[in-house]
Amino acid sequence: MPVIGTIFYAFLAIVAVGTAFGMLINRNAIYSALFLVLNFATVAVLYLALGAPFIALSQITVYAGAIMVLFLFVITLLGAEKLPGYEPIKGHRLVAIGLAIVFIAELVLFFFFRNQVAGPIPLIGPEFASPRNIGVLMFTEYLLPFEVVAFILLSATVGAIMLTKPERKVTTKLSQQQD
Amino acid sequence: MPLSYFLVLSAIMFTVGVLGVILRRNALVIFMSLELMFNAANLVFVTFASYYQILTGQIFVFFVMAVAAAEVAVGLALMVAIFRTKHSIDIDQMSSLKG
Repeated sequence: MPVIGTIFYAFLAIVAVGTAFGMLINRNAIYSALFLVLNFATVAVLYLALGAPFIALSQITVYAGAIMVLFLFVITLLGAEKLPGYEPIKGHRLVAIGLAIVFIAELVLFFFFRNQVAGPIPLIGPEFASPRNIGVLMFTEYLLPFEVVAFILLSATVGAIMLTKPERKVTTKLSQQQD
Repeated sequence: MPLSYFLVLSAIMFTVGVLGVILRRNALVIFMSLELMFNAANLVFVTFASYYQILTGQIFVFFVMAVAAAEVAVGLALMVAIFRTKHSIDIDQMSSLKG
């Protein structure tokens, strides 16, 4: 691996982990959302490096473009960017951080012992994950899951509209019936 | 680049997401931490898709993204509905089911 590649990957890792921690630590929810957008963009660059251009661009459009804008709209709509800072359970944070360290140690140990024989990722040609190949696979072998996902999206849209619809005034109707 | 680089990066991002769910009390930030965990899992999917040269992993990432978008739409609608009744999205205030 040449030096420039090592610098590239180290930079991406630092930015990804740093923005993740920035999202975690920041008190203001708007700054958290913006840090998360940067994290999604960094992961999209990693997808490009892994030879998945279609997934990288849908990550940018769907996650950084649509989902995070929805988050920002709801934060500004509710005016809920800041909560008063206090610790409801004593020692909550220390226990949580200890458990997180244990969890990450487990994950890293598992990865190292499980993938000891694994070599570097092979180089991939541009034809492997081209939109054409992905489309052919998605509309032949994975057609049924695709349709199911379409139905899930439709039901989520209907559910979101129903949940946020203002409640109807039932009392006025009852009074009209009595008249 | 070795496989372990992507796996360890994904593990760190997933753990930060878990920490966000445990530590934060703002329900919107908890949702964002969920998205971060989705993202870490997607990174492992794409990594193994290129490692084994099988396209199925990338297709699955596409489905995960679609389901995450649906989940965010319904979840944020629930947040708005909860805010209308409780006038707060502090997780600690949502204790109506506590015995």
